[in-house]
Amino acid sequence: MKKIMTFANAPIITVGASVVGKKEHEGPLGSTFDIHDDTCEFGMSTWEGSETEMQRMALQTALAKAKLTADDIDCVFAGDLMNQCTGASYGMKSFASRYFGLYGACSTFAEGLILSSMAVSCGFSALSAVVTSSHFCSAERQFRFPIEYGCQRTPTSQWTVTGSGAVIIGSNGDGPRIVDALPGRITDKGITDVNNMGAAMAPAAIDTLNLYFTESNTSPRDYDLILTGDLGREGHSVLREFMRSDGYDIENNSNDCGMMIFSASAQDVHSGGSGCGCCATVFSSYILPRLVKKELNNILLIATGALMSPDRLKQGDSIPGIAHLVHIVS
Amino acid sequence: MNTDSKTYQAYAKAHAKRSPMARDIVRAFWVGGLICVIGELLKLLYSSLTIPEDLIKILIPVTLIFIAGLLTGIGVFDNIAKYAGAGTLVPITGFANSMIATAMDTKSEGMIMGVGAKMFIVAGPVIVYGTVASLIYGVILWIAERV
Repeated sequence: MKKIMTFANAPIITVGASVVGKKEHEGPLGSTFDIHDDTCEFGMSTWEGSETEMQRMALQTALAKAKLTADDIDCVFAGDLMNQCTGASYGMKSFASRYFGLYGACSTFAEGLILSSMAVSCGFSALSAVVTSSHFCSAERQFRFPIEYGCQRTPTSQWTVTGSGAVIIGSNGDGPRIVDALPGRITDKGITDVNNMGAAMAPAAIDTLNLYFTESNTSPRDYDLILTGDLGREGHSVLREFMRSDGYDIENNSNDCGMMIFSASAQDVHSGGSGCGCCATVFSSYILPRLVKKELNNILLIATGALMSPDRLKQGDSIPGIAHLVHIVS
Repeated sequence: MNTDSKTYQAYAKAHAKRSPMARDIVRAFWVGGLICVIGELLKLLYSSLTIPEDLIKILIPVTLIFIAGLLTGIGVFDNIAKYAGAGTLVPITGFANSMIATAMDTKSEGMIMGVGAKMFIVAGPVIVYGTVASLIYGVILWIAERV
């Protein structure tokens, strides 16, 4: 049986919105985001609260753009990086929609797109929303060190994006369509370096892309853009090398949200951005408008996730990766 | 992807850009050295105030801990540490920073279960194994004195 899911009634991405922090706003895509807060606090007293507020603001902005209310949305698929997915569950508290909490690390945005497309395409939902977020400070607290702890980062480490992106998926209307998708499978090549997530996630992206090209009988040339989520410079370079040796040249039409959101030369982010706010904000505010304007017509979005647990790493386990692919046409 | 795990791990390690070791060592050396110089200057200062030597030995680390704590509190220490690396980590300043930074971070979870319980999450191993090492040293000393 084919692993690619082709949607009979291709769901439409009707609108997107994003909320970001200071560094993201100062980055190359800064002007495209809807809301930013230079304090990164969003009026909250804890970093976890700030992330929650970003999710609420992102969905609220998307609803306002689409001239909808929360009652119009049947299902919300939301996720983040914090334990128990509290960014999503607390952030979605004020909306009446049916709620699905997701965890796919940084791949959560594409996971949400696939699940919402399934719901909309099968007629279970007329309108769904996908919201994901990450916050540098809550992620540092969760996965690494206290914020003010003084340490040096290695060149392959990535910077968690402070941001939240939301899109609304509908069965009717105008906009780019999700024609098919390929959910990823867990791929673990035994990488244990928490400062090299790119290398931990790249095998999953290679696995998903290879299978997609084989099953769909297409090649990289057929797409305007092959966009990965947050492999960063390190992971994306690994991806390009392995794809080339597998006979797929993605050198000229591929990019990575983690490489796009920050400036490599001006912003001290090492390998690039990461987190499930990375792909969500870049897609919602930069890629989606370009699809609407038909500057891009046929793209593959592959959001990668490092399904990393600090406790499991301490217990000697490695970092499993995942990569979900969504095929979007304008 | 047909590459087996072992080959891939070796590839990823070789592919990864290395930290600029020479630069990091030079920076750690001069900043770490500077902290030691500050320690010596403090010794001179306290000596000139005719403070007894036993007290000076306590006052120097206390002063350095206070400075590191203050710099952590006003959000400057991590920027210095990003530059200096082991230069600020190894001296007592790194220990102070790891305690204060953790206390600041966990304040939102309350003074008991947050600050109280989690303050030692980074510095804990230093305290535990530092104490164990001093205990072993004490036993060795005790035996050596009797042999």
